Amino acid sequence: MVTMKAEAQGKVLIIRLTGELDHYYSEQVKEFTEQQIDENQSQHLIWNLSGLPFMDSSGLGVILGRYRQVNEMGGSVSVCGLNTQVKRLFQLSGLFKIMYIDQTEQEALDRLGESSCKMR
Amino acid sequence: MQNAVNISFNALGENEAFARVAVASFAAKLNPTVDDLAELKTAVSEAVTNAIIHGYDSNPAGMVYISATIEDGEIDVVIRDEGRGIDNIEEAKEPLFTTKPEMERAGMGFTIMEHFTDRLEVESSSSSGTVVRFKKRLAGKRVNCV
Repeated sequence: MVTMKAEAQGKVLIIRLTGELDHYYSEQVKEFTEQQIDENQSQHLIWNLSGLPFMDSSGLGVILGRYRQVNEMGGSVSVCGLNTQVKRLFQLSGLFKIMYIDQTEQEALDRLGESSCKMR
Repeated sequence: MQNAVNISFNALGENEAFARVAVASFAAKLNPTVDDLAELKTAVSEAVTNAIIHGYDSNPAGMVYISATIEDGEIDVVIRDEGRGIDNIEEAKEPLFTTKPEMERAGMGFTIMEHFTDRLEVESSSSSGTVVRFKKRLAGKRVNCV
């Protein structure tokens, strides 16, 4: 199963996922994240996947879908805490080319947080 | 010596985790690396998800059949459905191709299966459904991984 936690820091929304993300849980993650983006009026999104030992292409679909949503509003997406298997999925699908990959949540926050917004 | 297991289950999303864990547990006797086991689980998950959402259009009455065979350090996995079949297999294998963009499918299932296994074969027809078969060597690889 997957547990989802959200934390808003200014215009940045952090989504922390724990568990195994497959097709069965992807709809829940989609709805939860969409709702959090709306409620917090978030501009940027950070996926912290350090608690996710397994993900398949259904997870890629959700992450790509939210990338499109955030990107339309001029925002950016970072993913952090990827294990080897999840990292390979991102490489195969080319998502590395459109999203930032950070080692830690703090690195992602430093990149997308208020102080560094002008960098893009 | 050959060792085989057969599993069948309803086309329910909640069975995806069961399917990949069952195959991974069976494969564990080959003492695979953590990465190889993760790749095997991912390939199973992709094929089972395809059977459920594409083969059966998420109709849980459909049955998914898995048979896995271990021989000479290699696992051979066959994942079969009796669903609607794939119209064009080559097209379906193209990265980012999906017939269900509204479901936010990434279109990466076959690409992932091809990269995460040693050999992939797909047979499909509208009358009998789809058979995905892949092989993956799991034992005796550690020497090369130094």
